[in-house]
This record gives sequence, C-alpha cells and structure tokens, in this order.
Amino acid sequence: MGYTFQGYRRPDGRVGARNLVAVIPSVICANDVGQAICRQVQGTIGYFHHQGCCQLPLDLKRVTDTLSNLGQSPNVGAALIVSLGCEGTDHERIVEEIRATGKPCEIIRIQELGGTSRAIQAGIDAAQRMVKEISGQQRETVDISELTMAIKCGASDTTSGMASNCVIGYVADKLVDLGATVIFGETTEFLGGEHILARRAVGGENGPVGQKIYQIVDEMEKRAMAIGEDMRGGQPTPGNIAGGLSSIEEKSLGAIVKSGHRPIQGVLDYCDQGYGNKGLWIKDTPGREPEILTGMAATGAQVMMFSTGRGAPQGFPSMPVIKICGNPNTYERMQHDMDLNAGVIIEGKKSIEEVGEEAFALLLEVLNGRMTNNEALGYYGSMDIFCLGPVI
Amino acid sequence: MDVKLALRVDDLDNVATVFANEVKAGDEIEIRDKRGHLDPVIVHSDVPYGHKIAVVDIPKGAHIMKYGESIGEADVDIKRGDYVHVHNMKALRGRGDLGK
Repeated sequence: MGYTFQGYRRPDGRVGARNLVAVIPSVICANDVGQAICRQVQGTIGYFHHQGCCQLPLDLKRVTDTLSNLGQSPNVGAALIVSLGCEGTDHERIVEEIRATGKPCEIIRIQELGGTSRAIQAGIDAAQRMVKEISGQQRETVDISELTMAIKCGASDTTSGMASNCVIGYVADKLVDLGATVIFGETTEFLGGEHILARRAVGGENGPVGQKIYQIVDEMEKRAMAIGEDMRGGQPTPGNIAGGLSSIEEKSLGAIVKSGHRPIQGVLDYCDQGYGNKGLWIKDTPGREPEILTGMAATGAQVMMFSTGRGAPQGFPSMPVIKICGNPNTYERMQHDMDLNAGVIIEGKKSIEEVGEEAFALLLEVLNGRMTNNEALGYYGSMDIFCLGPVI
Repeated sequence: MDVKLALRVDDLDNVATVFANEVKAGDEIEIRDKRGHLDPVIVHSDVPYGHKIAVVDIPKGAHIMKYGESIGEADVDIKRGDYVHVHNMKALRGRGDLGK
C-alpha cells in the first residue's frame, strides 16, 4: 500500500511541500535590504547569512553553491537575489542556475539602483510580482518516494539516544523501504561510532563509502584537535553534559541511532544536492544548527525531522522542522515548541513503533501543509553557511 | 511510591541511565536490562535525571561501556552504585590537549 502527500510540482519535476518566494542576499552586506523586503511582502522568506565577501575562493564557491542550491530547492517557488554589487560571490551564476530549473528568478543590485531605499522599493515590487505569480499554484498528489527528508538531533541529552532518535530511526527505515530519500549529517557526532556506520556502508567497511566515512570523521576530528585543545569544552556542549552526556563518544552513539538500520548509499559534500538520490545518505556537516539546517535545505530536502532532549526550538526559513522530544520533563515545559512527545517511550507508556507511526502520520500532515511549531511561531531566523577558511 | 528505574541498554554495558526525578544518595534504583530483568542497587550520591550509575565495579583506566561500545575511560576506581559522569570518567576522542 502506497503513501502519498500533496505537493507543489516544479517545472524541473521536483516536488515542494511549501510554496515560498525566497529573498537571497548574495552577501551579508545586502541583508538589511532583504529584511525590509521580507517584512513588507507576505509569502516571502529570507536567507540572512553572514558570508559572501573577503573569503578565500574555496569558501566563496561554497557560498555561491549553497545560495544557488537553496534557490533551486523545491519548497522555493521563485527567488529574488539581492546583490550589493561588489561582493565576492558569483551572483550572476546563482541567477542562471535558479532560472535553469524553470522557476522565476529576479535580481536587484543595491549600488546600481542608487542605494538602500531605491533597492528596497525595487525589491518589494519584484517580490510582490513573484508572490502573486506563484501563490495560485495548486498542490497535487505525489508518491511518498518523491520525499527527501533530512534528519538531525540537537540540544541532546541521554533521552535522545533512547527515545526520540529511535523514533526518527523508525521513520527513516520506513521511508527508505518506501523508496524515499533520507539524509543525515553531523560528522562530529560520528566520533566513537564511525565503525558502526562504516559497517553499514554499501560495499562494506573497506569499500569506498565505508572508507569515506572514516575519512570525513578523521578530517573533522583533526580540525577540532588542530588548535591543541580538548574538544570537551565545546562537544558535548554544557547543555549536553547537564543532560547526562559525559563524552563525545556517548553523544555520538546516541546520535547515530536516528539513522535507523538501512545501508548507507554514499557521502555527500556540504555543497552537494541529494534530492531524489533514494535510500539513506550522509552529508558531511558540522553539528551546529544554523550550518547543518542550511546544508540540508540546500540539499533539496522538503522537510527535516529533528530530535531533542533539552529542547531546541528553532526551524529553518524554507524547510519545516518537526521537533520530536525524547525527554518527558522537557516536553511538559516546552509543548509550544515540541511537535511530538517521545518521552512516553522513556516512561514505558508507548513503544518506539507506536510513537514512530505517530511521527510518520505527523510527517505526512506537515508535507501536506500543516505548520510545525517553529513555522507557526516564525522561529527560523538563524541560518548560516559552513565555511572552511578564515575571513580575510 | 513509583519504582525508580535505570536502563542498561546492552549486556556489555557497565553503566545504566537513570530515568527518575530527584534520586538521592541512599535511594534504591532498579536497573532494568533489555530483557526486562531487574537488578536493585543503592546509589551512593544524588543523581540527576538522565545521568548514569555504575552497574558493576569499574577499575581506573577501564572502558566505560554504553550501547555495547566504549564511551571513554574511568579516571578513578568506580564502585557499583556510584554516579558516573565527567567528574570520574573522560572522553578519549577529540582530545587535542593530549597531543601537546
């Protein structure tokens, strides 16, 4: 028996779960103009990052790739690029690549238009045109195999690995079996559990995928250790430690539970798209929310399922984020931020499978348009792009 | 009064995670393994919700085991019923400080 959801079919064939006009500053210096446009025009969201100039070429390419991928993502129906005019990103390439998907994309240039107020006026006019153009599009019935779901855990405690991550693992397995795509990341939180993931790689631990898993973990660990400090000051976080997690190894072993049990098909770089790849994939990302949420939305994921124990409230501008809470005490305190209570598993009131089915049903509702708590509250202002080099 | 539970995830584990509020020194905790077998133990100090206790004696330098895997090593000799956390165990990964 098949599962379906109601989505927006894009000209390139992809399917969105939301229908938004994205306002995309090509550089941090264009954020204020972009924010003014978003405040005025309903149906828009903004990607207000902090990158795009005075960075090494490697990072300028990462920023350009990520902004382009966000504009191409299926929850975005049209895009407005806000350029200052002197930035280091390739804003013309962003426009070309988004237009190549067949969706409307316009650009305004602040310096060329004569400054802030004129750019805001031009941007409001353009965003209004695009919102009116796309807002009449109807949802259509599509098979669940057209779903690409990202998964993550944040503000974790010891309930995460025993309840909420088990629920996400259940949903991930079910989606993979239904022909959908599931992507997880947080390479830092593979430390101590990488051998378990590598053994699940297609081709085994010694195949190219298994070896790549070891490689990305090694690179992440070396980056953290290059400063000559004990990582324990930053990972686990003080909140993780207060929640009972004593080491990065303990955090990792609980974190990887959310990936379920299916074979790992491959490892995506931070700037890769993974929409429709089918099966379970890893994306090489850090654990911090703004950077991983951005990387996952840029992958093309229509939705994220996010496990928490301490209570992480945030979402992402264009990607609904479903919060599964493993800690019954936290759920009691933060019900307006948490979308599902998996704490009942810790209390012995329900099984992982029962709560997993509840999470799957909620996922379908959210894909069909039901807002998550962070969407309804507009709690999605923080996003950023994971860069490797210094600001220069 | 409700039974205060600690969960031992894997048979190789030498710690269990306490899922009960306001556990005080001298309280009896039921350690439950994955088959549902119960093993009562007296805890030697207050243990916050979601934190760990030792299921067996763990000598200094031995691995702390959870999920059937190492999550670090004991910094001191740990007794059955002791609270186990960053004060008496340490991570072995991401330790840039050890390379100095």
